[in-house]
Amino acid sequence: MAANPPLTSKGAAARGTRSSGAVLRRLWALRWIAIAIGIVGWFVYYPIVNNFLVSRTNQDIFTGEVTNVGLDNYRRLASDPVIWTALKNNSLYAVLSIIFQVFAAFWLAAIIEGLKSERWRSIWRAVYFIPSAISTTVTGLLFYFIYQPNIGILDGLLTEFGLAHLSRVWLGDPTTAIYAIIAMSQWQGFGYSTLLFSVAIQKIPQELYDAARMDGAGPFRQLISITLPLTREMTGMMIIVTVTGAFQVFNEVMVMTAGGPNNSTQVLGTWLYEQGFTQNDMGYAAAVGSLIFGITMLCGVAQLWYTRRRRVLA
Amino acid sequence: MTVRHPTQAFWPGMVRAFLWAFLFAIGVLVVYPLLWMALGGFKSNSEIFDSPFSLPGNWSLANYIAAWHATQGYLFSSLLVTVVSTVTTVMISAWAAFGLTRTEVPGKPLMVGFILGGMMLSPTVALVPLVRMLQSLGIYDTHAALILLYTAFRVPFTTFLIRAYMLDLPRDLDEAAMMDGATPGQIFRRIILPLCQPILISCVVLHILFAWNEYLFAMIFTNSASVQTLPVGLTSMMSKQGTNYAALFAAMTISALPIVIIFFLTQRYFIRGLTEGIGK
Repeated sequence: MAANPPLTSKGAAARGTRSSGAVLRRLWALRWIAIAIGIVGWFVYYPIVNNFLVSRTNQDIFTGEVTNVGLDNYRRLASDPVIWTALKNNSLYAVLSIIFQVFAAFWLAAIIEGLKSERWRSIWRAVYFIPSAISTTVTGLLFYFIYQPNIGILDGLLTEFGLAHLSRVWLGDPTTAIYAIIAMSQWQGFGYSTLLFSVAIQKIPQELYDAARMDGAGPFRQLISITLPLTREMTGMMIIVTVTGAFQVFNEVMVMTAGGPNNSTQVLGTWLYEQGFTQNDMGYAAAVGSLIFGITMLCGVAQLWYTRRRRVLA
Repeated sequence: MTVRHPTQAFWPGMVRAFLWAFLFAIGVLVVYPLLWMALGGFKSNSEIFDSPFSLPGNWSLANYIAAWHATQGYLFSSLLVTVVSTVTTVMISAWAAFGLTRTEVPGKPLMVGFILGGMMLSPTVALVPLVRMLQSLGIYDTHAALILLYTAFRVPFTTFLIRAYMLDLPRDLDEAAMMDGATPGQIFRRIILPLCQPILISCVVLHILFAWNEYLFAMIFTNSASVQTLPVGLTSMMSKQGTNYAALFAAMTISALPIVIIFFLTQRYFIRGLTEGIGK
């Protein structure tokens, strides 16, 4: 699947428009991209192809014997209740992330960019971004402690405000665990999208606002009829990127609950890990991988379509 | 940035006071947990239990010193993997971007699609096959495995950023150089690379952020403590000494601090990389 020189040189020869020297020069130009093509083909593309092959087999962990099982692993996917839990959790992740990291982040960016002092605007942008720069392992562990009943500050705060009855074992209760994880994720990620929206808002020409003010539009009106429509591209892009991210989530779940309690916080990524690397069922893990591939591919196609359309419109 | 802002002085007085309070509240929400972590590193374990909200009684560096010794190996691995993979990724991507914008590579649209298309593929999907691939290459549980994977999975995005920048560079300079008989290699080194400096810095910063924080590959493809990077090291410290919270807080702070400092020092480049990445 890597570079395909024979085809190209044949094409050029058939057209008869190039001397053999030119053909050689074009082939020699391949050296610039050879390493990139090679390493990406070998470690990014080939595993995806191989994943499909593995997903059609089962391997005996004791004898190492590999048997071809056709589509059995895929049939198992459909009847595996944890897959449905995972899909539900990933979707919940996507929906809540769209609310907080796209819509709320837009409003936050609009508020920040409405401030008079450039100094403060950049301070807020930077402060809100800090959690995004930190590894999810650190933030995951941090919130693991924050949610702890004995030392955690969340229950401490609730008690301070006389809400002690609300406190619970946040990560140990199957009804709250996934929300606790998603909440951490929003805490970590909203600053990143706020920053991106800020940059998009900065690109809107000043004249539009001046004109609106002349027409007597108040600040809120300006936001609704200028800022909002002119950042729509960024909003669309962010929604797609956020959904893609939500279906690839792994780190925070792994660090905080590893899918528990009782599989209530499993997402597709952690279920793949559990099946392949804890249960040693590589065939089934590969089938879960194919499912993730399918979903992220759909998001990728949506993204391509969106950028294409945008180019045509622009 | 000194540009006068479009929405400047947007809000009337009362509303402004309210919005300031709001921004400040969110700021506290963001910073307070991080401060709690950093301060927790100065406390004793019993202080963390008994008075979680107060400042440390006596600012003891003991936890930080202990954590520094405990994390040194992980720090070294993280540093090595981050530095080497940053150099390889940015070099390979700059070459590829040059090849894709300034030479007559055969089948160019196909090549562009192939390299940039790698951005759409998720690392999770590659996990199962990669185990066997790395084992058969004999690099399972080595720094080399992480360096290779970080490079392979970040070349598409990095090439994308550099290529977009190179496409916008005027062609007069390199055409003039070509007239004077400069080889593509000379044009790349003497003309294009220096012009690309801003985006190259952005790429370096974004790659450092990625490699320093990466967890999935590092967790699955390394076992020995001498190979594990900081994010994995932290989780194994957690399972080994899960109740010594103060030491863990100190270790977490040590691992977060470098990247936060890098972010503040290189904000401009950072933001450029992020916005180019999503805006184009």
